[in-house]
Amino acid sequence: MDIGQAFKMSFKSLMASKLRSILTMLGIIIGVAAVIAIMSIGQGLMNSVNEMFSSLGSNIIQVGLYVRGESNRTVTVNDMYDFVNENQELLCDLSPIVSVQGQVKCGSEVLERTYVNGVSESYDSLELLKMSEGRFLQYVDVVRKEKVCVVGTYIVDNFLDGDGMGKIVKINGENFTVIGVIEQRGDNTERSDDNQIFIPYTNALKINGTNFVESYGVNATSKENIAAARLALETFLEEKLSGDGFYYVESLSEMLEEYNKMQNTIVTVLAAIAGISLLVGGIGIMNIMLVSVTERTREIGIRKSLGARRRDIRLQFIIEAASTSAIGGVIGIVLGSAVGMVAGVLMKTTITPTLSPILLSFGISVGIGIIFGYLPANKAAKLNPIDALRYD
Amino acid sequence: MQEISNTPNEQDVLIKLQDVYKIYQMGDSEVHALDGVSLEIRRGEFVAIVGQSGSGKSTCMNIIGCLDVPTSGKYYLNGVDVSTMKDDEQAQIRNKMLGFIFQQYNLIPKLNLCENVELPLLYAGVPPAERQRRAMASLARVGLEEKAQNLPSQLSGGQQQRVSIARALAGDPPVILADEPTGALDSHTGREVLSFLQKLHHGGNTIVLITHDNSIARQAQRIVRLADGKIIYDGAADRPEAVVSAFEMPEEVMPETAEEAV
Repeated sequence: MDIGQAFKMSFKSLMASKLRSILTMLGIIIGVAAVIAIMSIGQGLMNSVNEMFSSLGSNIIQVGLYVRGESNRTVTVNDMYDFVNENQELLCDLSPIVSVQGQVKCGSEVLERTYVNGVSESYDSLELLKMSEGRFLQYVDVVRKEKVCVVGTYIVDNFLDGDGMGKIVKINGENFTVIGVIEQRGDNTERSDDNQIFIPYTNALKINGTNFVESYGVNATSKENIAAARLALETFLEEKLSGDGFYYVESLSEMLEEYNKMQNTIVTVLAAIAGISLLVGGIGIMNIMLVSVTERTREIGIRKSLGARRRDIRLQFIIEAASTSAIGGVIGIVLGSAVGMVAGVLMKTTITPTLSPILLSFGISVGIGIIFGYLPANKAAKLNPIDALRYD
Repeated sequence: MQEISNTPNEQDVLIKLQDVYKIYQMGDSEVHALDGVSLEIRRGEFVAIVGQSGSGKSTCMNIIGCLDVPTSGKYYLNGVDVSTMKDDEQAQIRNKMLGFIFQQYNLIPKLNLCENVELPLLYAGVPPAERQRRAMASLARVGLEEKAQNLPSQLSGGQQQRVSIARALAGDPPVILADEPTGALDSHTGREVLSFLQKLHHGGNTIVLITHDNSIARQAQRIVRLADGKIIYDGAADRPEAVVSAFEMPEEVMPETAEEAV
């Protein structure tokens, strides 16, 4: 008896009791659907986070400082620049990041939610900014405290009549001339990165009335140097502050790696839990196959009397179990992918079902059918034809 | 025990049981279902094996049908010793050498007639197109080719038994083994089935009929009568001793027991 014939026979017997077949498949369907859904949602989440991080520049290291008021230990902007200059093999593109607290106005309109940051001329390479018009801040602007600014597309489109170059933006009552517009980065809404203004950090410090920069961004010279650069910065700051202040040094890509690792673990654990229902489904298939063997004892006897060998009967029942779980697996894959895609729409990320979990779960469900079908099939194959023929 | 009048030519002997014992262990006691049976059936013979329930005729049919092996003794089928064969080897022999006709027809309910008749060919490894052609030809022999796509449940008992005959013929086996083939049929359709067996016999098939019913047994050429696992008569069907022997009372019509229903 060939395999094709065995498939035909198993299909026939599945169709003969449709409700039972579907119920038998249910465990596998739920298991596979859950595994596929969880894995594709996890993959989608990771994709969206990775996209977000990659738009920020992946070698970036952020430094935050806090110094006690009465202490004479501090880290100045010059200290930071000196340190970066001494460690050029590890670090480049240093920029202070000074958040400006103050009112922003374009003409008579007040921009409530616009972020104003004081940065250096290196900030564009740090954050991978591209200019759509004009230029970014330059060293001279910073040194001379020029009243110039670079703005995002949201501000140009909504407050500067679509053409920002040369226009005036008022920050805390001072006039800043727009010298450049940054290419759109987000979705051009109020909450996006496109609602940002950059001015020389020297001006920002003046507006804030301080000399101390709390936050810096700096690039590691390469991905491989990130860890070394972070360690060097930490050692330097520890030495400078030595207990009289706090600092943090964070690498986005290291955070991303940590995040991905954590999420992978969570997804794996969840998928494994969902996978337990595959096991339960397999046991369900074995149970039904055992019942089926008992019910069809006479059929087995007839087939044996007509010349079916043990392996013919075994093949028939194993293929029946494997087709049951394979069909369940396919239904589960379709269902799980659909759930994943709906979740993607709800989470506003694109979730495309990937091939590897689909192939894997199809393979696992076929495997479960074969493993759990073997025992009943073997029981059927070993039936004594005389007893089987007498069975009612 | 009667001797067969003329010694058969060795070449012509298709079935040869040589001092066959089948002993079952029932608790502490041994039951001799077959107690030293020796029997030769030649090619082209129509033999009825008769006996009451418990006479050993079912065990005899199981051994002739290669469904069971004797405890001791030899069974040669077409010159091949099949008495010590393993399960799967016996399956091959059944497939090639034997066509079964059962009392309960034993058709598979979810397969249509053609697929049922194809089964022995399927296990013989005949390719699909050839299989179907031969199954249809076999169905045509019993006059049911037009119902080939029907399920067995859509047929009358007599028709179902004809399908099971078609199935037995499909693989063109040298021996047709019919176990109470009329047991589940009314007398009219029973006669039809018997006349079909007669026709097969005249066509050259070797037929072994197992029955408890003397009137059916008389349709055969030769009767082998079993009682308590021993052959008590072996000879022509038309002699008076064939029906009534010194060892047993005239037979009553007995209800079928589960053991006989094979």
